Amino acid sequence: MAVESGPRAVEAADVTGVRGRGPRPGKNPGRLRRSLSTHWYAWAMVAPVVIVIGVIVGYPLARGVFLSTTNANEANVERTIGVNHIPATYESVGLDNYKAILDDGVFWDRLTWTVIWTVSCVALSFAIGLVLANMLNRKLKGRSFYRMALILPWAVPAFVSVFTWRLLFNEKNGVLNKVLEGGGIDAIPWLNDPTWAKISVIAVNVWLGVPFMLVAMLGGLQSIPGELYEAAEMDGASPWQRFRHVTLPGLRPVATTVVLISSIWTFNMFPVIFLLTRGGPGDATEILVTYAYRLSFVVSPRDFAGSAAWGVLILLLLSLFAVVYRRALRKQGEVW
Amino acid sequence: MRRGITATALVAALAMTAAACGGDDGDGGKKSGGKLSGTVTFWDTSNDAEKGTYEKLAKGFEDLHPGVKVKYVNVPFGEANAKFKNAAGGNSGAPDVMRTEVAWVADFANLGYLAPLEGTAALDKQDDFLPQAAASTKFKGKTYAAPQTIDTLALFYNKKMLKEAGVEAPKTFEDVKSAAKKIKSKSGKTGLYLRGDDPYFYLPYLYGEGGDLLDTKKKEITVDDAEGAKAFEVMKDLVDSKAAVTDASDGYNNQLNAFKNGDVAMALDGPWSIEGALQGKQFKNDKGNLGVAPVPGGSARQASPQGGWNLAAYAGSKNLDASYEFIKYMSSAKVQQQTTEKLSLLPTRTSVYDVASVKKNQMVQFFKPAVDKSVQRPWIPEANSLFEPIRLEMQKVLSGKTSPEGGAESIGKAYGKLLKDYK
Repeated sequence: MAVESGPRAVEAADVTGVRGRGPRPGKNPGRLRRSLSTHWYAWAMVAPVVIVIGVIVGYPLARGVFLSTTNANEANVERTIGVNHIPATYESVGLDNYKAILDDGVFWDRLTWTVIWTVSCVALSFAIGLVLANMLNRKLKGRSFYRMALILPWAVPAFVSVFTWRLLFNEKNGVLNKVLEGGGIDAIPWLNDPTWAKISVIAVNVWLGVPFMLVAMLGGLQSIPGELYEAAEMDGASPWQRFRHVTLPGLRPVATTVVLISSIWTFNMFPVIFLLTRGGPGDATEILVTYAYRLSFVVSPRDFAGSAAWGVLILLLLSLFAVVYRRALRKQGEVW
Repeated sequence: MRRGITATALVAALAMTAAACGGDDGDGGKKSGGKLSGTVTFWDTSNDAEKGTYEKLAKGFEDLHPGVKVKYVNVPFGEANAKFKNAAGGNSGAPDVMRTEVAWVADFANLGYLAPLEGTAALDKQDDFLPQAAASTKFKGKTYAAPQTIDTLALFYNKKMLKEAGVEAPKTFEDVKSAAKKIKSKSGKTGLYLRGDDPYFYLPYLYGEGGDLLDTKKKEITVDDAEGAKAFEVMKDLVDSKAAVTDASDGYNNQLNAFKNGDVAMALDGPWSIEGALQGKQFKNDKGNLGVAPVPGGSARQASPQGGWNLAAYAGSKNLDASYEFIKYMSSAKVQQQTTEKLSLLPTRTSVYDVASVKKNQMVQFFKPAVDKSVQRPWIPEANSLFEPIRLEMQKVLSGKTSPEGGAESIGKAYGKLLKDYK
């Protein structure tokens, strides 16, 4: 009922609005002018942001989408080198790039691994972050020291940590294998065996991701009123029941947001994979973004169109994920 | 430095003569009114052990042309290609002169990034260049670079370790395998370090079986023929039989460390690693312990890829006249002689090989015949891109994820996508 009456009411309002303002050719200019005259100040305030976002996000995005429907590459785009001016000679090829990518088994292989990588990284770092946050939320000696220590991985630039991990993983001289050797265990080819390499990149990313989860969860935990726990205790709830029925629901607003953000980050986590294994051995640890990078920057001439198409596909996948995720949350009554 | 005062004096004398000659030729007619001026930015790609020498040499240009300032920038080899492309394509921040790998010249020239050098001061005494080095500077009939140094792969070996095991320097990969067995039983060390992360090191195995990446004359992809698969088989066999160790990452450092610390007895490497190897504990006090032999052969022949570095001028350089002069200077006999003396790198000028100090250099004595016999790579714009598919499949094959045949086949397929007009 409400759905049916909605548009009609708007229509009616518009009709009266136009009538009331006398003979105007269309209703839109009138409305625009009206909103400009009343809200010009707001528009003026917002304008710089709109322009900046348009320039640094909108334009590249639009251009990327456009390029993905052409055969543009490094050799046929317009460029000026010294006195030479080379005109653009690329042309539109419609959706051929997308078709080629979707027909190629490589894309689906990489997508499968990317999903495995994202899910396992987010799940593990979330679980570990939650456990640590719960432990740190108690009153214990040297709490601030532990907190500092656990946040440290976040404070170190990612490339520094990743290179350090690479040294640790080194098959012949790495610390990890030296330790194993001391225990009489054979050296593990951390980065040279496809399965171990996958485990290694996930381990490093979890290590890097836990501090973020930890901080967010700690904040969430501290926003849960202590009275709830007291009441639960009075009712005779066991610690597990308290965790299950007070802590978890209380954390949900934080947790859902954090999981969404972290999924997107992990999905696009270029540096960890690129710096740790370069996608290797073979292409075992290559996720979508690192593969797109390789396609567009390693071959020559650089394939701008193909890489743009990969980028658009990645964007679509992530948007789809975000929409589905939000819808699922809304069904659970979450406002986000 | 370590070659004594006589040599140094001789070098100095020759250098001055060469410089004087160079100067005269250069000022001959091209420039309208007198002296060069401005700044020449030079991107050098030499490694850590080499870069100090290169910087000094580059700065030496300022003495010849006091009006010109040389801005020396060392760009790591791994990043140089992408960095130059970003800068050149974006038309900002590109250097005036770039040290380009031999396989990059055609690519950069094809994209319009390089200035043709015919009729400029940059090309000096072209007849003096080794023909195969000069071949890598040409694209579609024009010359886009001057050869600076040439190299190839060889087998580096630890003389003491081989002697202890009672084996000679191996001539084939088959010999490597049996030698490795003896080395292992004698000292427990591994025979060979096999680079599993760098496609360049696949080439000796491929050539050894009589194969090649492409047939540029017939426009045919040949890497996926039986020879390509056989090459992978040989590599995998070396690793599986524990005659060789390998890595999927950090291969350059791992190999050099393993070799100079005596963890492996042999490694395939090029002249660029001589300085680094000699600093390790196996060779530091006993330089004679470093043995160098031709790359081991496969079942068909013994051959290694031609490598090296050229000097090219960026087409958008604001100071082309000075850039041309700088290229001429850096590829001159005098400078080449100095890089050989300091770094044991191989000159690209035949005349330099007649200089006493170069003649005496052991590494040159060894590497020159190897270079003469080295296999030219396809000098096409895609030459550098040919490596990526190999890297991918090499790691898959060595880790057992793909069969040697499957690996070779996949490379062939990737080449088909890359080279539209090839069969």
